[in-house]
Amino acid sequence: MASVCVFVETAKGKLKKSAAEVLGEAKRLAGGGDVDAVLIGHGVSGLADDVAALGASRVLVTDDDAFGHFSVDGFGAALSKAVATSSPRVLLVAASVVGKDLAPAVAASTGSALLADVTAVALNDASVTATKPIFAGKAIANVSGNTPMVVVTLRPNVFEPATASDGAAANVESVDAGVSKADLRTIVKEILALASEKLDLTEADIIVSGGRGLKGPENWHLIENLAEAVGGVCGASRAVVDAGWRPHDEQVGQTGKTVSPKLYFAIAISGAIQHLAGMNTSKCIVAINTDAEAPIFKVADFGIVGDAFEVVPVLTEELKKLRE
Amino acid sequence: MNFVVCLKRVPDSAAKIKVAADGKSIETSGVDHVISPYDEIALERALQLREEHGGEVTVLCLGLPEASKEIRQALAMGADKAIHLKDGGGSRGPFEIAKALAEVLGSIEADLVLFGKQSIDADNGAVGIMTAQLLGRPVISLVTKLEIADGKVLAHRESDAGTEVVEASLPAVVTAQRGLAEPRYPSIKGIMQAKKKPIDERDAPASEGSMALDSIVPPPERQGGRIVGEGVDAVAELVRLLRQEAKVL
Ligand SMILES: Cc1cc2nc3c(=O)[nH]c(=O)nc-3n(C[C@H](O)[C@H](O)[C@H](O)COP(=O)(O)OP(=O)(O)OC[C@H]3O[C@@H](n4cnc5c(N)ncnc54)[C@H](O)[C@@H]3O)c2cc1C
Ligand SMILES: Nc1ncnc2c1ncn2[C@@H]1O[C@H](COP(=O)(O)O)[C@@H](O)[C@H]1O
Repeated sequence: MASVCVFVETAKGKLKKSAAEVLGEAKRLAGGGDVDAVLIGHGVSGLADDVAALGASRVLVTDDDAFGHFSVDGFGAALSKAVATSSPRVLLVAASVVGKDLAPAVAASTGSALLADVTAVALNDASVTATKPIFAGKAIANVSGNTPMVVVTLRPNVFEPATASDGAAANVESVDAGVSKADLRTIVKEILALASEKLDLTEADIIVSGGRGLKGPENWHLIENLAEAVGGVCGASRAVVDAGWRPHDEQVGQTGKTVSPKLYFAIAISGAIQHLAGMNTSKCIVAINTDAEAPIFKVADFGIVGDAFEVVPVLTEELKKLRE
Repeated sequence: MNFVVCLKRVPDSAAKIKVAADGKSIETSGVDHVISPYDEIALERALQLREEHGGEVTVLCLGLPEASKEIRQALAMGADKAIHLKDGGGSRGPFEIAKALAEVLGSIEADLVLFGKQSIDADNGAVGIMTAQLLGRPVISLVTKLEIADGKVLAHRESDAGTEVVEASLPAVVTAQRGLAEPRYPSIKGIMQAKKKPIDERDAPASEGSMALDSIVPPPERQGGRIVGEGVDAVAELVRLLRQEAKVL
């Protein structure tokens, strides 16, 4: 029995970056004790060694064609089965798109408290406590879960990832979830627009976001070129998304994504409270805006008052030179 | 077809959030409250589906007595009736909210239950999934398109893989993502009619305390506000600062 159990997420046959983050935090919480990891998918067994290298003492694997696609039914049942074997105090799951479906399902089916999207977590004698941004980061709640097991989802990009060591081979146990494809009640008929290879905003180290001041989608090469020059991902304000210039999944803010990259560029974005809520935990914020009074400058570590159409191309060139 | 929309009363997204004197709640005086934005989207789609398929839209809200204002708003938008689980105050974790909602939902015949993907105060994104689990019904989250045909829901959802087309048999649960619908404004007629629509008021079950809110604190203050310079002349200095001071490049 391990005190801490984690769900490790995979995509396209590889562990996701979040797997190292949940394992890093699990090892810290276990304080040298054992950590169980749960791996679920189709054709994922081969990743068990990678999971062990990141510090899992035991890897509980469910590998079956019922798990080729994520489903709340399938993965929920498999993870619930695995935690019954592990019976941990804490179950850690990344607060990713998958984790945000999976963790509540398992919490509900096991009657556990859920501490969602936390930025810090601690194990105490009587409870599991965590720090959790609320109101999109306009306040921070200190919460505790008092059930025998507490399910915690970790905000991506916040926790120190475990580094892989060439440890012993994995101690693998397979778990039969007792679920077949025919049992799944939600069926993925097709995947329409295949997501591009780009990193999800919440996982990106550098984000370059553009706002309404860029005048139209035809000017987005300014944002894209800068993003490419710094190895970042493109984001947007809601004004831009509402206008249909950029897709929904690029929106940063209270009704978009909450991000905390190392470096955030806000270009021609005014800095409305709902936008700030989604990005003000970024480690470093750069703002470029023609209006010296724009609220974005109040949170920006570095600001340039100027026309994005002039400043951004020059900045992009400078940064490109650095990379060469 | 019976549609139920679960909605929550929350502070307006433009509200400045201040911690109250008890250190465990937020200052509510001077704060406007609204239907949580994603719940409003869910409600709009439910109203449209009712127009297409017939039936009734019921709204279900667990909240303080004051939430009757947001419930009336939903009725003014066009919902037929409401159930208000009156909360005596105190904090509840998502699991406790889900249990209370599931208990009500289990006793009424709902073909489709709609949630917001997330409330904009607690930011858990959990209650919809948990309620579905407790009810033993299939759930599709982050839905941006939703149709009903032949006893099934067909939805588009935004996953990491892209836009998935997902099918489930009714009764089912969905959570709304932006893009699903644009909430309407209530008409004057709607507002008048809402006054006569029934609200079934019940006491919310007592909180069990499986989760506690120990304190609320303001977020760490940002040390922002430094203007490097104006126009293209400031670029070189910005790059130097990013490399040497912030060390992010
Ligand atoms: C319920 C609700 C939820 C919301 N959620 C979000 C959210 O999640 N995310 C979000 O972003 N917003 C959100 N908003 C909207 C928010 O209130 C603002 O309307 C929005 O953020 C404004 O976008 P913007 O900064 O791009 O546009 P604007 O406010 O129009 O700002 C444009 C900026 O560009 C500058 N500018 C103009 N020309 C140039 C130039 N040539 N070079 C440089 N700068 C220039 C201007 O000075 C101005 O500061 C929400 C609103 C509501 C009501
Ligand atoms: N107190 C409540 N009453 C009714 N519905 C709620 C309540 N709390 C949450 N919900 C629903 O659950 C969704 C997710 O909420 P949350 O898990 O708090 O992010 C919301 O968008 C609502 O649809």
